[in-house]
Amino acid sequence: MNEEIIIAGFGGQGVLSMGKILAYSGIMQKMEVSWMPSYGPEMRGGTANVTVILSDERISSPIVNQYDTAIILNQQSMDKFEPTIKPGGLLLYDNNGISRHPERTDITVCQIEATKEAAKMGSSRTFNMVVLGAYIKLKPLVKLENVITGLEKSLPERHHHLIPLNVDSIKRGMELVATQN
Amino acid sequence: MKTTDNLNMSTEDLIREENLVYKKTECMTDAVLSFCPGCGHGVIHRLTMEVVEEMGIQSDTIGIASVGCSVLAYDFMNVDMTGAAHGRAPAVATGIKRCWPDKFVFTYQGDGDLAAIGTAETIHACNRGENITIIFVNNGIYGMTGGQMAPTTLEGMKSSTTPYGRDISLMGNPIKITELVSQLPGTYYVTRQAVHTPSAVRKAKKAIRTAFESQKLKKGLSLIEFVSNCNSGWKMTPVEANKWMEEHMFPFYPLGDIKVEGKLIK
Amino acid sequence: MGELRLMKGNEAIAEAAIRAGADAYFGYPITPQSEIMEYLASQETHKRTGMVLLQAESEIAAINMVYGAASTGKKAITSSSSPGISLKMEGLSYMAGSELPCVVVNVVRGGPGLGTIQPSQADYFQATKGGGHGDYHLIVLAPSSVQEMSDFVKLGFELAFKYRNPVMILSDGVIGQMMEKVELFDPIPRVTEFDQSWVATGKTPDRERNIVTSLDLDPHKMEQHNRDIMAKYERMKKEDVRYEEVDCDDIDYLFVAYGSSARICQKAIKLAREEGIRVGLIRPITLFPFPTKEIAHLGDRVKGILSVELNTGQMVEDVRLAINGKVQVEHYGRVGGVIHSPIELLEALKKTFITK
Repeated sequence: MNEEIIIAGFGGQGVLSMGKILAYSGIMQKMEVSWMPSYGPEMRGGTANVTVILSDERISSPIVNQYDTAIILNQQSMDKFEPTIKPGGLLLYDNNGISRHPERTDITVCQIEATKEAAKMGSSRTFNMVVLGAYIKLKPLVKLENVITGLEKSLPERHHHLIPLNVDSIKRGMELVATQN
Repeated sequence: MKTTDNLNMSTEDLIREENLVYKKTECMTDAVLSFCPGCGHGVIHRLTMEVVEEMGIQSDTIGIASVGCSVLAYDFMNVDMTGAAHGRAPAVATGIKRCWPDKFVFTYQGDGDLAAIGTAETIHACNRGENITIIFVNNGIYGMTGGQMAPTTLEGMKSSTTPYGRDISLMGNPIKITELVSQLPGTYYVTRQAVHTPSAVRKAKKAIRTAFESQKLKKGLSLIEFVSNCNSGWKMTPVEANKWMEEHMFPFYPLGDIKVEGKLIK
Repeated sequence: MGELRLMKGNEAIAEAAIRAGADAYFGYPITPQSEIMEYLASQETHKRTGMVLLQAESEIAAINMVYGAASTGKKAITSSSSPGISLKMEGLSYMAGSELPCVVVNVVRGGPGLGTIQPSQADYFQATKGGGHGDYHLIVLAPSSVQEMSDFVKLGFELAFKYRNPVMILSDGVIGQMMEKVELFDPIPRVTEFDQSWVATGKTPDRERNIVTSLDLDPHKMEQHNRDIMAKYERMKKEDVRYEEVDCDDIDYLFVAYGSSARICQKAIKLAREEGIRVGLIRPITLFPFPTKEIAHLGDRVKGILSVELNTGQMVEDVRLAINGKVQVEHYGRVGGVIHSPIELLEALKKTFITK
């Protein structure tokens, strides 16, 4: 198993933390993992992206050209990464702010209303967890219990009271794709 | 002891304990000082080492020699020493003192080293209140490299790079770095001394003692500026140089304590 | 098995410094390595191990604080990125000349000048050829994973004290900023006994004073000092060359790459082998001492060698010296913060040696 994922959106959408939780979950399952962010000024409110690789083997390059999965959270990222998904790969995106929907037919495309769902739950800031939930349902490489451990490991202690809310958001994401597909 | 007796004394008599009038401190090596005759460095070296001996702190003292005429201080001072790059002595001292807070750490620096190339290191070590002692010898010139203009060269003063005198409209003003660092809350004892007369030497030694003693208090940095001469660089005899220093250097760099026990007194 | 953590390369360096029993860190912020000092601060090192942590007024001051600490036998470490390392070069020359141990981390970014904050390997020359004034070398370790960022801090201190010479960990923005799984080594207690033959900790009555300096005005003594230092470098070449070979059993072509480029090459090798192109990789782990003999040996078995570096061609010179004209050696690399991709490296290999 070797899963190469790009997560891309605006800085502040929780792109990097989503990747970090995923990477931690991989470690819990004894996988090799890498998490490679874009960094620098583009982090300050511009686009942010992170490449996460989960693998059974030692990971060679943390930087790749093509991805098994793209998780897309804004239009710029859609334009940039839609062409880089391997044939047969997965494109998961939140429809909020997307004006041009994906056109490729050789990949699995899954649209969810994560922003809307998170708002309904009264926690728009955990919309990234809704997306993460959708991902682990679509590609069950990591188990929910390990994602929750990953969440505990990557959130600073002062934010631990928010864990139940994050877990609910992940579960909501899982339900969303279950009912859609 | 009468003068006449003295003249008739044999070598054995001379070295008898009861006839001893002066003994070189063990904290100076037996190396012959390589400074120019009349230079103040030798006296400042000796006074510093006498204080180390009198305080009984040789085994806990670490000196930092800098670049300039002070570069060979470790040839003469019989304590563990480290040679710093030009201007960096206060940073080197910081590194040592932070790792060994109970040792006595001093730097020995000239004006070019401390007030030109090392200004940042000087000001920040003072501002952090490092519990070290800076011995700063200001002779208004770069002695080692052959008498070029220093940051402390007086207006109108001749040097090899200001052969017609320092023109402040072109070369800026001489810097009073001692007054400057005295303004920083991190300095605890700041004084300006000289070693050109016996009474000045006595005061100077007291100042060095105060500076080293204050390291024990851990209340901040102590800095002693010595206004000194450079008869070679100034192209004067030692006597002329001392006279010139009194007439020209002291009015601009007045002697005396500037900050005592953390309080400005000037 | 040691403790497993998901860490950034920069954080791994910092945690490893504490665990390696470092006595002091002196640094100045610069992207992309500021996490090192931030992590140390978050750990309250003075409480955890008694390690000194001080943010200096400049990189120049920081390396000279390291010089001071090292002159008393302490294990001192600093870190910076390319422009800051340029400023540290004066201090490093003095440390090499005074024979002082330390670890200095360079998380390389693109230059020249202010350049970019993005990853680069453009400091190869500066790191391996001395970098500052005078005849000297740093021991240069090139980590290519977060695991090695941690391990090489420990190794770096061992080598620094073995030879009494500064060690540079030459990393880059990719390895510094990425997160991977790290197995942390068990903490080593800080040293409290010092080698009184050279440390400046205060002259005790039982020994002569110690002087730490790089100066000797006697040309003959200075020449001897230079020769003594050179002898250490020769010993390093015999005893401490480190490298890794990947897929070199049956090769027609060879990549030579270190750090992040070596990782990308490994993916390119997989892609190449899917197409039946037999290519392997030699990854120098010590850039000084350089694995000259090992590269020469592999050179006998291949038709072409591609030195892959995030620069305009620096290590390729050492590869050519090793190969000495036996086989074609070329360079490929992106600069300015652009990172070559695995497919790009495969295409470069084909274009250089196969399709021409």
